[in-house]
Amino acid sequence: MAELNTDSGGGRRGGKGRKRNNSASTKIDMTPMVDLAFLLITFFMLTTSFSQPQTMEVNMPDKTDDDRKMEIKESRTMTVILGEEDKVYWYMGYQHPEVQETDFAEQGIRRAVEQKSAILKEDLVVIIKPGKKSKYRNLVDMLDEIHIAKGNVRYSISSVSDRDLELIRNK
Amino acid sequence: MTAMCDMAFLLLTFFMLATKFKAPEVADVTIPASFSKNKLPESDLIVLSVEKSGAVFFGMEGEVDRGKLLDQIASRYKISYTSAEKKEFTRIPEFGTAISDLKPLLRATKSDRGRMQKGIPVDSTNNELKELVKLAKWTNPKAEIAIKADLDLDYPVVETIILTLQELDINKFKFVTSLQAKPE
Repeated sequence: MAELNTDSGGGRRGGKGRKRNNSASTKIDMTPMVDLAFLLITFFMLTTSFSQPQTMEVNMPDKTDDDRKMEIKESRTMTVILGEEDKVYWYMGYQHPEVQETDFAEQGIRRAVEQKSAILKEDLVVIIKPGKKSKYRNLVDMLDEIHIAKGNVRYSISSVSDRDLELIRNK
Repeated sequence: MTAMCDMAFLLLTFFMLATKFKAPEVADVTIPASFSKNKLPESDLIVLSVEKSGAVFFGMEGEVDRGKLLDQIASRYKISYTSAEKKEFTRIPEFGTAISDLKPLLRATKSDRGRMQKGIPVDSTNNELKELVKLAKWTNPKAEIAIKADLDLDYPVVETIILTLQELDINKFKFVTSLQAKPE
């Protein structure tokens, strides 16, 4: 396949045998080189990973510092409990909760968060309580919903209490 | 032909220079998608990978830091490592064994390592992850902590890790995610 192409330089003129060698073409068959180049390109294109993973910042309250505990009005807290099979339960306040069930769809929990924060003058505080049977994905989805929800929303992550479980069961 | 060849080599050069070969990851983790656009830092980073099964892996960026970390582990657990073992430790991006099993892991062949790594103990009686993070923070106080958990991981495992970090007074950390388009 790879051979030096020597017969193209003035072959038709003929006669002057010696001189023809001197003026021989320097053209090389480049096909194998290009083949190899494309092979390597394909290899590097497929192995390159440009996408550096993204991160989500999470801040937890300081457990040891009791002085900085904040009191937040009941009316502006929303408790969101993440249940099994991507279910979401939420209620406002603490005293007389009306538990509602929803999901991560477009009209789901994000809509609820947006509606509630639109009514309030202050920030809405969402307390996320991932249940024992929820998946890590649910927590990430919930944090995402809060980040993209319109309005002033803050959040904190907490663990689910027996009262919350009772509320869900009696729903 | 010449033009095509030029192009081919231009692209080849580009991809060769742009490629960064990453050491193959030990933990088998599918990260969840999110809309967050913050990039994961490339240095000063401690990555806690959690597989779907709940096995926890510990990783630290930077060969120098990993070398120092092994010195810390050696003095804390009174284990001495040979220089060959130390060199091997700087090469592996993450590991998932109890600290007592670290020495056999570093001596094992690459093919045997997969099944040797069952995760770092995180139970309350023997929380080696806590010790590792503490030592790693001593090694590099600037290091940030990223949790790279599988999307189908049960939440209680994540909670255990978060509580472990909180015990160490680390209240700020990152979740590693992949980018997803933002809905409008």
